[in-house]
Amino acid sequence: MSTGTLTEAEAPPPPPLAPVPATGKPPRKRGRWTPYLLLAPGLIWLLVFFAMPMVYQASTSVQTGSLEEGYQVTWHFATYWDALSEYYPQALRSVLYAGTATVLCLLLGYPLAYLIAFRAGRWRNLILILVIAPFFTSFLIRTLAWKTILSDGGPVVGALNTLHVLDVTSWLGLTAGDRVLATPLAVVCGLTYNFLPFMILPLYTSLERIDGRLHEAAGDLYAKPFTTFRKVTFPLSMPGVVSGTLLTFIPASGDYVNAELLGSTNTQMIGNVIQSQFLRILDYPTAAALSFILMAAILLMVTVYIRKSGTEDLV
Amino acid sequence: MAFVNWLKHRLVVIAGLLTLGYLLLPNIVVTVFSFNQPKGRFNYEWQEFSTAAWTDPCGVADLCGSLSLSLQLAAWATLGATVLGTLIAFALVRYRFRARGAVNSLIFLPMAMPEVVMAASLLTLFLNLGAQLGFWTILIAHIMFCLSFVVVAVKARVMSMDPRLEEAARDLYAGPVQTFVRVTLPIAAPGIVAGALLAFALSFDDFIITNFNAGSTVTFPMFVWGSAQRGTPVQINVIGTAMFLVAVLFVVAGMAVTHRRKRQKA
Repeated sequence: MSTGTLTEAEAPPPPPLAPVPATGKPPRKRGRWTPYLLLAPGLIWLLVFFAMPMVYQASTSVQTGSLEEGYQVTWHFATYWDALSEYYPQALRSVLYAGTATVLCLLLGYPLAYLIAFRAGRWRNLILILVIAPFFTSFLIRTLAWKTILSDGGPVVGALNTLHVLDVTSWLGLTAGDRVLATPLAVVCGLTYNFLPFMILPLYTSLERIDGRLHEAAGDLYAKPFTTFRKVTFPLSMPGVVSGTLLTFIPASGDYVNAELLGSTNTQMIGNVIQSQFLRILDYPTAAALSFILMAAILLMVTVYIRKSGTEDLV
Repeated sequence: MAFVNWLKHRLVVIAGLLTLGYLLLPNIVVTVFSFNQPKGRFNYEWQEFSTAAWTDPCGVADLCGSLSLSLQLAAWATLGATVLGTLIAFALVRYRFRARGAVNSLIFLPMAMPEVVMAASLLTLFLNLGAQLGFWTILIAHIMFCLSFVVVAVKARVMSMDPRLEEAARDLYAGPVQTFVRVTLPIAAPGIVAGALLAFALSFDDFIITNFNAGSTVTFPMFVWGSAQRGTPVQINVIGTAMFLVAVLFVVAGMAVTHRRKRQKA
């Protein structure tokens, strides 16, 4: 990042502002150093504990050696290739699961966001609370609850079996036999559930900003409700759709909790590999390389996606 | 036909409520199973009604210890991230300076990064520096990833502030400190509180980053994670239910206060 900011930020503090004189103009010109002083503590924190670790990780990924003898930077880029060729199934699965969960979140979340924004009336705040409140309960406890909900022979699995849904999903490879737990379906269900609020809230924010008179205008021009939605509401909610999909897809693609708690060894995602390489196998170069590949892939996809969707002023 | 029309009219409402049900189903299950008397180590199947876990929430070894550790961590992380984040937010909204774009992207990046990437890279830093993993490394990590969320929350509020209010205060001979404490801070307060609440929730609930940087320290989410392998005590459901209730109570109380203030003004 800009070194200019840092050196300026570390400069000695300016003299305190002169007290406002009893007569004359109030001080219009504020200290030139003030913004840098305000920024300095937080930015230094981010540079040291966010940017610098990325550099360390980059250097770790090109090291060779062993845990006992220590690691040296040998510019061994082959680690990237080896890691990719060994773990591409998990990488592909991450994109697939996270993508499916994002689409499901959009399909499930849009009606609820729409309901809160336009139809909820005096229930609006209550529903918003019910969407946000689960944030404060540990997400691990809630994810574990899905084990109960999807348990073998439980009511949900029973109902899906009776409706022959599981036959279809088994044929698609989403489930195995008459089980849901430890299958891709369970993992995608958990991912969808966990990141749904991250889709609903931005959608709600952008829907709420829409002027209700636009709907009336569309109706006056003989647009049917669905046409109004397609031509007016949905395009105007695009900023919410874009930030919602990003806020869902990015964390979902790196998540390893759902795949671990609800899945099996056949549903491992890239996050699971990074976690076990780092914390169990202690193969730091491979873990760092995988983590870097994930980061690069995400940044690339996000950039392309934001360009395509045409809303660059998201932040 | 009447039914079909009714259904067509209510489609959005029905779909939305179904999603709400999907969102709340685990919370309902957690609540119900906090009254279970499980057989064996795992609490995944309903056996019989019991209030034993509610009367003895700390009855499991290490559970309340990890809970209090998580609360302490969240409190310090909230304090740190809120102070640092509020300063940054004011600088970004109120001042024009060089490298503003670079600063903005540095704030945005931690939110656009999968947690596992941040967790892993921070661990490589700590390993390279030979830092002792534990309370302090967790705290450093939590302040780091909560910071951006505080900046965004405070920025939104400060941006919608009318700068003329501060000019008016200065015209009335308020000094810079007085203006800040009596005018700026009270108006920015809702944004700062929102940012702080968000930071608290994020820090308290964080698992992925903590898992990488905790060493052998066990926070509450890590206790839950471990218990998923060893056997989940009912007390975990009790704590989960209690947290949900406390959150709802907090929000309802907050809304009641703003509602009353609005009525008093009117």
